[in-house]
Amino acid sequence: MRKVAVVGVGMTKFSGKQDKTTIELFAEAAIDAINESNLKPKDMQALFMGNALGDFAEGQAQPQAFAADYIGASHIPANRYENACASSSAAFRDAFMWVASGFYDIVLAGGSETAAKMGTPLATRTFAMASDSRYEYPCGITFPGVFALLTHLYAKQYGVPLEKLKQQMAQVTVNSHYYGARNPKAQFQKEITADDVLKSFMVCQPLQLYDCCPFSDGGSAIVLASEEKAKKLTNKPAYVVGVGQASAGNLLSQKEYLPRLRSRELAAKQSYDMAGLSPKDIDVVELHDCFSIATIIALESLGFFEFGKAGEAVEKGETKIGGKMPVNPSGGLKAKGHPIGATGTAQVYEIVKQLRGECGERQVEGAKIGMTDTLGGDGGTLCNVILKKGW
Amino acid sequence: MENKLSFKQYNEALKQNKLLGLKCKQCGTITVPPKIVCGNCASTDLDIVELSGKGKIQTFTTVFVAPEGREGECPYVIVMVELNEGPWIMGNLTGVDPNKITMEVMGKSVKMGHAVFPGDKYSSGDGARPLFSLEA
Repeated sequence: MRKVAVVGVGMTKFSGKQDKTTIELFAEAAIDAINESNLKPKDMQALFMGNALGDFAEGQAQPQAFAADYIGASHIPANRYENACASSSAAFRDAFMWVASGFYDIVLAGGSETAAKMGTPLATRTFAMASDSRYEYPCGITFPGVFALLTHLYAKQYGVPLEKLKQQMAQVTVNSHYYGARNPKAQFQKEITADDVLKSFMVCQPLQLYDCCPFSDGGSAIVLASEEKAKKLTNKPAYVVGVGQASAGNLLSQKEYLPRLRSRELAAKQSYDMAGLSPKDIDVVELHDCFSIATIIALESLGFFEFGKAGEAVEKGETKIGGKMPVNPSGGLKAKGHPIGATGTAQVYEIVKQLRGECGERQVEGAKIGMTDTLGGDGGTLCNVILKKGW
Repeated sequence: MENKLSFKQYNEALKQNKLLGLKCKQCGTITVPPKIVCGNCASTDLDIVELSGKGKIQTFTTVFVAPEGREGECPYVIVMVELNEGPWIMGNLTGVDPNKITMEVMGKSVKMGHAVFPGDKYSSGDGARPLFSLEA
């Protein structure tokens, strides 16, 4: 297996409802990534695109083929990845494997989504399609609902009083907005207080509005290249040193394992083992904070904090830049935004920028190894990627 | 191979307040809702069994923001129940005030009825789900 590097990254500003299409958003990010790689669209050998809901948002199926043509690369195969919120992480992982295998030298991976455009009722309905349509949706489950169920389970499992846990969760959100305010591409560039979180309206008890990420529009793209090509294209290659992906059935099939998500622990182990690294080696992580509790659950399953203790770590500032484990300096899904098909490769975008030292006020100084964590559905897909500074 | 217990069979039984599951002839584990294999050992050697529909609430939420088409149901309570036979199942909870429910409900014993989601333009027909109520 060959070494593979990220040689270029691109990302649109993430936002609420805007006028561009799924294909236009993808194309803007893709052209930026290709330009940054000192390549042309004709140099791409395959295109892997994450997009979960284009059919519902715009009546657009197979956007990947149109996207390939739209950027001037209709000579290449283009495949769509639908892994709910982890769509472009799955696309990225497969792009990595095709280059690692030697079949391709240069692959474009990315994703885009226009979820904000759908409005809350339709977006809530279509997001819920990533739960079990036969055995969960008849109950009226929604994604805030899933994480609300997990919040109560977490409080009971680890003996954290709910009021205390909600304070810790509010701090997660405050941190996200703090960094979002320092990311020009973030949807929300405004700091908020814990009080703002705890006064926002109830979405699914006990999750309030500011415990939840927004519906977003946006695109992101990454160019991956073999080590040999990468060395000719850039003096700052970010090597993909570990990847992992695992699956799960509906939430209830995980029973007493909850609130942990088994797919995350399987995928994380794959990525750590492949990289020959452990959680203590990671300098910065972009993890799937679709809801404030999701950050706490992820931090534990990724091995950064003990089970039941991540909330305390957040309160102590250990997840901020300068702390033990800097989390989501981009602002995360909560403040940067969550255009679901674009989220995974936007996490890779941030990690690569962090490794290059290009993040300004939100820079994790000296970051050499970074990790991404992307969740699809209620644990159905979980992808992790570990990237290492190559210079 | 054919599914031992299809969604259609499961759904029709649930509409009669009968909760069907699968018992593994290899390891004895009960799998519900059904899969083509045992949820524990992936054996396909399974028997259909009827479950009690009784169990304990493990967790809950009250939904205030509904998906398109279900706004009229809000607020509603979703529970995950550990059945006496072992599996967990998702359902709704009736007979409580959705605005006042607290974590004290966790661990409480419940019995099962059912309610039917009539389906919408995206779903393939209707779908019954367990509708639990607290045991007296």
